[in-house]
Amino acid sequence: MGNNGGPVLVTGGTVLNRSGESRADVLITDGRVERVAPNLDSSLPAESAGGPRRLVADGCVVSSSFVDLHTHMREPGREESETIATASRAAALGGFGACVAMPNTDPAQDNVAVVEFVRLQGERAGLVTVAPSGCITVGRNGTQLAPFHSMAAAGVRLFTDDGNGVQDPLIMRRALEYARELGVTLAQHCEVSRLTEGAVMHEGCCSSRLGLPGWPAIAEVLMLQRDIELVRETGASMHFLHLSTARSVEIVRQAKNEGLPVTAEVTPHHISLTDEKLATFSTLFKVNPPLRTMEDVESLRAGLADGTIDALATDHAPHAAHLKDQDLSAAPPGMLGLQTALGVALAYSGCATRRVVEAMSWSPAAIAGLDDHGRDIEAGSPANVVVFSTEGSWRQTPESIVSKSINSPYFDVDLKGGVRHVVHRGEVVVAGGVLR
Amino acid sequence: MRHLISLDELAGDDIVGLLSTADHMAEVLTRPQPKVPALRTKTVCSLFFEDSTRTRLSFETAAKRLSAETLTFTAASSSVNKGESLRDTVETLAAMGVDVFVVRHKTAGLPLAITRWCDARVVNAGDGAHQHPTQGLLDAFTLSRAMKRGNDLSGVRVAMVGDIRHSRVARSTVRALHVLGASVVLVAPASLLPAAFVGSETIPDGWPVTVSHSLDEVIGDIDVLYLLRMQRERMDNAFISSPGEYSAHFGLTDRRLARMRRGSWLMHPGPMNHGIEVAVDLDSLDAHGVTNLITRQVTNGIAVRMSVLFTLFGSAAEAFDGQ
Repeated sequence: MGNNGGPVLVTGGTVLNRSGESRADVLITDGRVERVAPNLDSSLPAESAGGPRRLVADGCVVSSSFVDLHTHMREPGREESETIATASRAAALGGFGACVAMPNTDPAQDNVAVVEFVRLQGERAGLVTVAPSGCITVGRNGTQLAPFHSMAAAGVRLFTDDGNGVQDPLIMRRALEYARELGVTLAQHCEVSRLTEGAVMHEGCCSSRLGLPGWPAIAEVLMLQRDIELVRETGASMHFLHLSTARSVEIVRQAKNEGLPVTAEVTPHHISLTDEKLATFSTLFKVNPPLRTMEDVESLRAGLADGTIDALATDHAPHAAHLKDQDLSAAPPGMLGLQTALGVALAYSGCATRRVVEAMSWSPAAIAGLDDHGRDIEAGSPANVVVFSTEGSWRQTPESIVSKSINSPYFDVDLKGGVRHVVHRGEVVVAGGVLR
Repeated sequence: MRHLISLDELAGDDIVGLLSTADHMAEVLTRPQPKVPALRTKTVCSLFFEDSTRTRLSFETAAKRLSAETLTFTAASSSVNKGESLRDTVETLAAMGVDVFVVRHKTAGLPLAITRWCDARVVNAGDGAHQHPTQGLLDAFTLSRAMKRGNDLSGVRVAMVGDIRHSRVARSTVRALHVLGASVVLVAPASLLPAAFVGSETIPDGWPVTVSHSLDEVIGDIDVLYLLRMQRERMDNAFISSPGEYSAHFGLTDRRLARMRRGSWLMHPGPMNHGIEVAVDLDSLDAHGVTNLITRQVTNGIAVRMSVLFTLFGSAAEAFDGQ
């Protein structure tokens, strides 16, 4: 099914760029966009006559492929739950051309050897660009700074201890000083851990009824505020992972109004699901930060729509069935996200299509420092392209999941639109919704 | 009723039905041979991942009085310590032919998870701070029968005092008392109320209660004082400053006992902490006209649990007449 570098013509779609939308065909050769113009289809030889391979995009949007700032690929160390190869398949089917691999692997991505391994496994899988993040602290234990210089020299642009917030203000201050000097970005998981010990869900009315230990919104808000002050002091840029509370949106909005170099993301599940899902006591809905209230969901949607929140990022977190088949305290937090992100965005974000593309491609590519991604579809651009429809309702089934784990929260939820084709570095990796 | 996980999911009529069946069971327990053959073909397995000898023995006694076979599984002596997963443990025991699991676990929701893992019936014997439904039933049963009020406690004022936040008993007993018409006031420092109460001007949905932060304000106006167990380890996360401080403000002291109405009642789910929530000599209650129901709660636990186990497999009237 691959085109082995041969020319490809995307026909009949609407090309969506920063400058606007236009009906145009897109000719791709040698890994780059060669021409974008109307009616190229009729002026070039048919596929059967030796012309470029056709990808029909009638009624679809053609844009730069999506970039996920937040993918747990689980390799090395947790290959029973996911591998870089299987996560790459899920990503491609979800319309992604690049994923930032989170560093909570085993061993952790806190050194050049592991970071290079992750990048190389991504190249071997060959479906999406896998951009490894690096840890802020060794082993993500919050006490010793990871080798920033070495990892930055190896191409790491985003540093995070995701899963753990950096608790120690001294460590975070020093890390920001390093980050500024190296021109890299820190990504913080905002959680004051002393306030969330044993927590399995949002602290509120539901947790109070269900008797489940609560993760209070203030645990996110306090660290967010602390780190914004550290950004103000150091001048380094910081990205805030998976915002989950209404108050967080206000705080980030204020910081941006003050011109501070901060960015933020929200997950598909935090704009589509609430803590009431935990009334089933199903571990599928245990996630960190937790699903919160409808008021939070609405604020997050508004923040995503108005750009306060820059990016939609999946926090794709596969867990093998036996890990989720435990009591709620023992089961690890996390849910799948790559294959459903676009469907959730179109169904629940309230954003226009252009804003969806911005939040799923242009902004995250910039935050991740991925120069070959999030580019307009124009002559000379690297050919990382997604073709998707914005119409049609669907539901995910366990059979459709290509991850090694099936811990998706979306089996009973209506999603919208769909990924039709994906071109990665000029190669067709998904055609007609089917993987190469 | 296929399982009993939470009193919240039972209709009021079902709760009343279980209490009425418990009357039959209480009668059985007064017979010279306190046993009926109702569940002689059934196997009831206690599955206790958290220590509670009292509750386990109560359930096992109830099962034996119904002629069920009983099995006991406790985490301390089990393969859980050898790394076997909880689901594998449950499936293994279910494969031995267990009809009913009576489950105690430190995490809310685990009994419900077991209903998804096997075909056996499940009775929740306490899951985290969620529910302990048979405790709620036995409390409502004990109080209504002691007051000779049938299944009607309307107008009865109950103060439930202590660690509501971490209490599965509170979540169960409030529901059962509410179904019978009693009014409940929760009395606790703010730190020990469920999080939804904290900083809220109104009572959160799903809690048919009022709230007071002063036992002294309510002690003279109530018919029933229900004390919850105060665990010393709550000091660790600053829920209370010290057991002494808690006792002085929320315990039953001689001074407060003297202010209780004559004809009022004292309840406690056990085990008691003498010197903390119970800071009086219980033998002195009589002199103040206060009746101690604590032992009766334990006794009635057997009849109520017989009612629950029986009701899993049939409706009330059947087996008892003519036996």
